[in-house]
Amino acid sequence: MTDHEDRPPIIRLSHVHHAYGRYQALIDLSFEILKNELAFICGPSGAGKTTLLRLLYAEAHPSSGEIAIDGARLDDIPRTGLPLLRRKFGVIFQDYKLIPGRSVFENVALVLEAAGHRRALISKRVLNVLRMVGMDQHAGTLPIRLSGGEQQRVAVARAVVGDPKIILADEPTGNLDEASAQAVMDLLQVAYIRGATVLIATHDKAFIHRLGGRILHLKQGRLAAFERVEKHHDRTAL
Amino acid sequence: MIARHFKRALEDTLANRFVNAVTIMTIALTVMIVSAAVLVFLNASDWMSVWHQGTRIMAYLQPDAGGATTALQHSIESIEGVQSARFIPRDEGLRDLKARMEHPAALFENLLENPLPDAFEIQLKPSDGSWEQIEAVADRVRSLAEVEDVEYGRQWMVAVRRIAHLFQTLGLALMGLLLVAAIAIVANTTRLVIYSRQEEVEIMRLVGATERFIQAPFLIEGLLQGLFGAVGGIGILFAGFSALAVRIEQNGLAGVVTLRFLSIEQMALITVASMLVGWLGCYVALKQFLKL
Repeated sequence: MTDHEDRPPIIRLSHVHHAYGRYQALIDLSFEILKNELAFICGPSGAGKTTLLRLLYAEAHPSSGEIAIDGARLDDIPRTGLPLLRRKFGVIFQDYKLIPGRSVFENVALVLEAAGHRRALISKRVLNVLRMVGMDQHAGTLPIRLSGGEQQRVAVARAVVGDPKIILADEPTGNLDEASAQAVMDLLQVAYIRGATVLIATHDKAFIHRLGGRILHLKQGRLAAFERVEKHHDRTAL
Repeated sequence: MIARHFKRALEDTLANRFVNAVTIMTIALTVMIVSAAVLVFLNASDWMSVWHQGTRIMAYLQPDAGGATTALQHSIESIEGVQSARFIPRDEGLRDLKARMEHPAALFENLLENPLPDAFEIQLKPSDGSWEQIEAVADRVRSLAEVEDVEYGRQWMVAVRRIAHLFQTLGLALMGLLLVAAIAIVANTTRLVIYSRQEEVEIMRLVGATERFIQAPFLIEGLLQGLFGAVGGIGILFAGFSALAVRIEQNGLAGVVTLRFLSIEQMALITVASMLVGWLGCYVALKQFLKL
């Protein structure tokens, strides 16, 4: 606990509100996520989990309040600076967001291409990460030919291939069978061990207890609780 | 990075082959019409130039100027643009006229005296065949005291000039119109392509792609559309031109009508302009859709 508190915050929210028209999706959120922390956002559907994640990678902008990522206030980042901000993130979207017309390899490689890496390095890293997620055999396959679980693994591969500082995952095990969910969980844990900050939006309690970490409880857009859950070592018991 | 964008643009062009084919055909048609107009203009200019070079000016002398022909010939030949001047005495003029007329008897049998004045036939230098040059020489000759009048088909030249100017203006207006239409069509087809790939564009943004990275393949696609359109348009025009040349030769007119096709430099210029049209069309669409 103490060593956690020694680390600087990598995500900081201060009195953040967000509304869709007259509907208040997030109300007065203030919290910090520390560097190389594993944290969860919990809450029922409609609690604001996805909205919160969208605010963090600047897909949406808060109605009021302040968000800082890795020491930089999002308000101070010009539009042209957004790509650099987003390269700090690896995002696993709930609906995967894979480009249908591009192969598995191309989908994962896109992150490195966008960052301007060399072709040789891209090939090496993409094949490595696809091997990690067990999708190297499907490198040339179009996403539409994959199952939901396989698409999710490709989405995870894309999120981790750029070695991002922060990984955001929106319901990464939703709609997955036990084996696929376990594989995804392992991958996120590996990323965390390698130094990334991992923030996962989920309502899968078992998932949280297997990994352990701090939990932000959202209820009707408000922060209801922020507590620590220790890792449960006996996976079979869950 | 450019090679990667180029590869992506080629793949996207093939993936959206129907929409791209329509765009390329539109550009090809535009290039063909514009190139055909340029071709007609160039060949017409060639013919006009040949015609100018064959132009002669007739200077008719005052009735009392007959004695000083040698000095007058020197004066005329010293005018800039004049190659030579030949004195035609009035009797020779009448003989020539009678020889050229098909039925001279009816016209000339009742003549009491020769109505023609002495004259000079003035040939211009081949390189000085422009309208302005002919008119300048004619004015200088007319200003000589011994000269009563000059004749060089002025009215005809003015009429031809007016028609040439009209064609030139209409041609330029048509070209401008076609270019704007081509840009609008490329912009519309690009809009369709971007619209169908909006999700892809959004995903690229979310994974940290810059706007330039997203736009580059679209702009290269525009350049490629322009390139393929230019090749197609010039190719069709060349086929038509070759067929016309064969026809002219078969009709034994090869020595009379000389045709030339666009030079390599002109084709390169048209191709670059076509690529620019493709690029501009894409840029307009991207500016609206991706909010550049």
